[in-house]
Amino acid sequence: MLALAEAIGTRVLRKIRAMGGMTIFLWASLSSAVAPPVPLRHVVKQVHFIGVKSLFVIVLTASFTGMVLGLQGYYTLRKFAAEGLLGSAVALSLIRELGPVLSALMVTGRAGSALTAEIGIMRIGEQIDALETMGIDPIRHLVSPRMLGALVSVPLLASIFDVIGILGGYLVGVKLLGLNQGVYFGQMEASVMLKDVSDGLLKSIAFGLIISWVCTFKGYHTARGAEGVSQSTTSAVVLSSVLVLIGDYLLTSVLL
Amino acid sequence: MKRLNVETAVGLFVIAGILCLAWLSVKLGKLEFLESDTVPVIAEFSSVSGLKEGAAVEIAGVEVGKVVSIAEKDYKARVTMKLRSGIPLQEDAIASIRTRGLIGDRYVSLTPGASDRRIPPGGRIRETESAVDLEGILGQFIHGSAK
Repeated sequence: MLALAEAIGTRVLRKIRAMGGMTIFLWASLSSAVAPPVPLRHVVKQVHFIGVKSLFVIVLTASFTGMVLGLQGYYTLRKFAAEGLLGSAVALSLIRELGPVLSALMVTGRAGSALTAEIGIMRIGEQIDALETMGIDPIRHLVSPRMLGALVSVPLLASIFDVIGILGGYLVGVKLLGLNQGVYFGQMEASVMLKDVSDGLLKSIAFGLIISWVCTFKGYHTARGAEGVSQSTTSAVVLSSVLVLIGDYLLTSVLL
Repeated sequence: MKRLNVETAVGLFVIAGILCLAWLSVKLGKLEFLESDTVPVIAEFSSVSGLKEGAAVEIAGVEVGKVVSIAEKDYKARVTMKLRSGIPLQEDAIASIRTRGLIGDRYVSLTPGASDRRIPPGGRIRETESAVDLEGILGQFIHGSAK
């Protein structure tokens, strides 16, 4: 009985310690990210890696998401003779939910995994220890630029996702299924409020933070050689995808 | 073709992203950087059921303003609207709440009057027509005048 209690206690303590470690890590990297001088060149490089190189996959997923929304929405709304609302349906679901969430998931898969692996290999190659020995703060040098890069890139990618998705919906709804173009965009303009756009933006900033936080943390605390890198990469992708979806629910329920 | 260097690519990416965001917030979100000239006007309705803040205000089907706020006052609904300036509103103009489409939005329709006197900015439109209560009308039709 006591042994069971001890086992549970050990687990709980370990989890709490891990969470505390993550929070301290986040605090350290954010505070050194805003401390001048901001390493602008490194941030630009990270925006290039996280943002620019994700552009193709974002455009691809966005156009197909918008197209399928147009298709599904059209056939569902037609049952109520409300095809006119297609524009609102596509735009609102993209701006409020799908844009931020799907772009965050794509960035996790494409860039987040690479971040973890890169920092993880530096860790097991003892490059991070070398930096520390030389008196260079590895968090400031390695983690903060990646975090800033993600914080800049993810909201921009989400906005691009929204616009491309709306165009994809336009392609299917208007060009393919013959909805009136004025109705599509008119309804969209009538129903999308500034709050929808700003909520979506807020969400994608939060997701950018989650992704970069989890992925750099997992990489930074890699252990046990090549196997450790593969493990931390996997768990970084899984954890940040799950956290993005959970965070999405929480943010939606708070913001609505 | 010369490959784009990192800085140019990032610059283009940031510009594209901000343009998308700007389109979303200005065109769809109706973000107003420069508050265009508007004139507030108030109307009291006995019911505004279904009318939302931000709903359109129309004259002859043309959008001329927006509903800014809806509040309850003395068991009546007080609707504050902002109209584009330069639209003279006669004292006996009528504000009515209409529905667009079957499940469509409620909006405020203004019908001009014939009076020579104008409603001043922030003034009140006296003549109002409340939202049509479809169920109530159907009930009256079915059960006879049940009032």
